[in-house]
Amino acid sequence: MHRSLRLFAAVALLLLSFGARAQLTIEIVGGAGTAIPIAIVPFGGEASFPLGISGIVGADLQRSGVFRLVNTEGVTPRPVRAEDVRADVWRGRGADAVVVGSMQSLADGRVEVRFALMDVVKQSMLTAMTYTVTPAQFRATAHKIADVIYEKLTGDPGVFSTRIAYITKTGGRYQLLVADADGADPQVIVTSNEPLLSPRWAPEGTRIAYVSFEQKKPVVYVQNLANGSRQAVANFRGSNSAPAWSPDGRRLAVTLTKDGGSQVYVMGADGGNAQRVMTSNGIDTEASFTADGGSLLFTSDRGGTPQVYRLNLGSGAVERMTFDGSYNVSPRPTPDGKGFVFVRRDGGRFQIAIQDFGSRQMQVLTSGPVDESPSLAPNGKLILYANESGGRGTLAAVSTDGRVKQRLVAAGADVREPAWGPYAR
Amino acid sequence: MKKLTITALVAIFLVGCQSTPTTAPVEDKSGATAAGTPGTGGASTSGTQSGGVSGSTTGTGANPLRDPNNILSKRSVYFEFDSFSVADQYKPIVEAHARYLAANRTARVTLQGHADERGSREYNIALGQKRADAVKRMMTVMGVQETIVETVSFGKEKPRNMGHDEAAWAENRRVDILYAGE
Repeated sequence: MHRSLRLFAAVALLLLSFGARAQLTIEIVGGAGTAIPIAIVPFGGEASFPLGISGIVGADLQRSGVFRLVNTEGVTPRPVRAEDVRADVWRGRGADAVVVGSMQSLADGRVEVRFALMDVVKQSMLTAMTYTVTPAQFRATAHKIADVIYEKLTGDPGVFSTRIAYITKTGGRYQLLVADADGADPQVIVTSNEPLLSPRWAPEGTRIAYVSFEQKKPVVYVQNLANGSRQAVANFRGSNSAPAWSPDGRRLAVTLTKDGGSQVYVMGADGGNAQRVMTSNGIDTEASFTADGGSLLFTSDRGGTPQVYRLNLGSGAVERMTFDGSYNVSPRPTPDGKGFVFVRRDGGRFQIAIQDFGSRQMQVLTSGPVDESPSLAPNGKLILYANESGGRGTLAAVSTDGRVKQRLVAAGADVREPAWGPYAR
Repeated sequence: MKKLTITALVAIFLVGCQSTPTTAPVEDKSGATAAGTPGTGGASTSGTQSGGVSGSTTGTGANPLRDPNNILSKRSVYFEFDSFSVADQYKPIVEAHARYLAANRTARVTLQGHADERGSREYNIALGQKRADAVKRMMTVMGVQETIVETVSFGKEKPRNMGHDEAAWAENRRVDILYAGE
């Protein structure tokens, strides 16, 4: 039987911590021309803790490319509370905004973290908050503060508290990892001797769908991040790949070949009831639900070359979306529902581009040569994608306006297939 | 909190469960074939290869699938760029396997499609699948039962040649023929 070809995978739940995980560090390659100058004053009392909050807040904001950190050294006395901030001093240093705060141990071992954000141009307090946390939550608290500051000053929610998933290849070993958006705290969730591919976060952030070749063929799994349990949700005859979650987290779009050819199906996220959503005599794959759940964007070669199409799930109508060039693939709808990010080939170069549904206007965001697998941050502002550097896979990010560019560097590993997780809940 | 959500680390250990290799002797019943001659008894004979080299006879009991002198030991069909049809030079290989499958009713085969490294990983899965499907179509036209051939794709994930030039890519656009139990 062909079944005897299959390898049986024994899944072991190991409560281990892996010492040598490749941690990503993020470097800014190019920033927005109009970065907001902000001073993050070291928090009062934070020197007595092993991990300070203000440094992480500053690193988050600077890394976003939207902010420029103003030097805080030499300002005495150092302001700790909002009322200590002298607007003229910070205006003189070129700051538009100032963050002050404090960290103080409580009797129960927890720590009170306070911060205030001041607009020193308008001379007003924008927000002030207090968190009572354990030392293990310092990093998460810093990301939360950075999210609040980002939203107050840009109008868009911050994504510093989100997580990312990616795949590393080291020799013949493949691993699926989950880490904080700044690359910290990487956790291995799958290890396999066969390729892993296409991780996709469920909208609530507690499950990840991915493709594994451990059965010597592509099979789609859904794994629970809380307990590590998983289920082969699409393991039909032939190839099973390209999972994508519906916005309500109940369904998955997948590419199956069980009925001949690569075709798109929608099925229950628990593996039930795979329904083919359209029929073509070419390749249909890489489907993604649009933000309203009413359509699928997908790649098809039905017109002779691979192009992006949109299927209206209600009416069944299919519309071609890309016309410029002979290779436009991997569409990912933007969270605002206004357009999509995709990979285009220009000559021999593969680049990340963004296109508006309404105007059909396309903007190329990266220069290639081998950019692939774009994944949008939940606020729609940054795109994480894979490229190569020195013959090895690396990750990079670009803002959807093309101005901010980041490089995510991991020592010693081939990194690919990034997926940006949803907002933390 | 964050720690709690990812406390469980799952490691997958692949345990290979080898099933019994196909050892049935060749009984070529097809008769009318362009390449190859019918085998007799436990001996196997090879068909004509692309270079016009004819095969040799192996000893009794040898597995024709493993005999380097037998065309059945050839397991890869290569494709031109952007092509999904079996080129003439590889047709004798596909035909030999089709005859073997038609004659050995217990044999099961997986056709594993592959693509070169250029472009989307998922789209390359579909390209490899299209190539595997093309080989399967040729086999079923020759009388192989549809149900004993499974087509799958590895896309660009398992290149045979790790290089980044046309020569490497040509080696990576392929379909590998794997028998159950191998």
